[in-house]
Amino acid sequence: MGASLRELRQRRKSVTATMKITRAMELIAASRIIKAQRTAARALPFTRELNRAVSAVATYSNVDHPLTKEPVNPKRAALVFITSDRGMNGAYSSNAIKAAAQLAQRLRDEGKEVVRYPIGRKGIGYLTFREMPIEESWSGFSDAPTYEVAHEIADRLMTDFLKGSEAGGVDEIYAVYTRMESMLTQTPHVRRLLPLEVVEGVTPPEPNQLTPMYEFEPDPETVLDELLPLYLRSRIWFYLLQSAASQLANQQRAMKSATDNAQQLIERLTRETNQARQAEITQEISEIVGGASALADLTAQDS
Amino acid sequence: MPLTAEVVSADGIVWVGPATQVTARTIEGDVGILPRHEPFLAALVPCAAEIISEDGRREIIAIDGGFISVADDHVSLLSQYARLAHEILLPEAEKELAAAQKLIDDGDLTEETRRHYRRASAQVKAAEKAAGQS
Repeated sequence: MGASLRELRQRRKSVTATMKITRAMELIAASRIIKAQRTAARALPFTRELNRAVSAVATYSNVDHPLTKEPVNPKRAALVFITSDRGMNGAYSSNAIKAAAQLAQRLRDEGKEVVRYPIGRKGIGYLTFREMPIEESWSGFSDAPTYEVAHEIADRLMTDFLKGSEAGGVDEIYAVYTRMESMLTQTPHVRRLLPLEVVEGVTPPEPNQLTPMYEFEPDPETVLDELLPLYLRSRIWFYLLQSAASQLANQQRAMKSATDNAQQLIERLTRETNQARQAEITQEISEIVGGASALADLTAQDS
Repeated sequence: MPLTAEVVSADGIVWVGPATQVTARTIEGDVGILPRHEPFLAALVPCAAEIISEDGRREIIAIDGGFISVADDHVSLLSQYARLAHEILLPEAEKELAAAQKLIDDGDLTEETRRHYRRASAQVKAAEKAAGQS
């Protein structure tokens, strides 16, 4: 009995220690998610203005730009997917990976070769474990991305895109990121990055409506040349920020349920410990009483 | 009716408010935007943009490239990096520019240093302009 009592106490102690860690992580995630959401909100005006500018050029001029031209016969498709650097995020990374795997399957079915660009250590680990080729990867910033990183990623993707599939580049670029719908729901989303599909905020002018005559300086081509890389960077930046906020929300939820579980476990273990202790005491008493009565019987026989 | 001016950088809105005039330097030269300007979109070079707010104050903002777009009396200056001139210290900005210049002179022509150079030169221009007015 003594051994099991000690064992129970030991287990309770270790669960308590784990609970302290998970509670701390929950609190940290909760405080950082506010910051992440604020950063995401601050980046919105930039994205909004860029969307407006890009759609203005797309709507009010007829420019044919390599970044917006549909490929005739796409052969190689790039797949960028954003995962976390560490675990303890519940199903965050595996959901993103699942969405990426489905997309890869779909692209293969369409007869395209899939070129992978994982972001975050979990995604890299997933591919390395399955011995899938990695074209380029980025990691180490999943919960607090910087604009510089977005810049770097966007530039690399654009270079590969402009090369075209014949020269070892790609014809299309898809991105998988986790959108922060609310604190409770975060869902992986699939978007095509390149060729650009400018749909947001574009309202085709009605026939009898006068369309504003836009003036472009120096000319629509140059403006678009400058505008599109910026637009692509801001998209990647937006995806990274959304994913970071989702990751933290997932982490908070996962850690909260871990803490709750630990609490239940501690309660159960405490009950079992008490029971074991009580059983030990009862046994000791009955042993003493039994011994005493045996002794009393002995003395009674002697006399 | 005044213009609504907005300076937006990648990490947030830098300045927003009603304005009577907005000046910035595009690839082809300085443009001044007054109310009821026609819709306009242009690429900017690193410069010190100037906004005259409705109450007559002059706001100078360092911008490292980007765009100016005008539509329906709404002017937005869009740049990856933007900073208010009175937040910039001229000696520091000059030192930064000299460092960037030196890197470029040494043959370091990466995108990173060029971006740094553009940013620093915009800061110096803005700080000088702000110092000149007071």
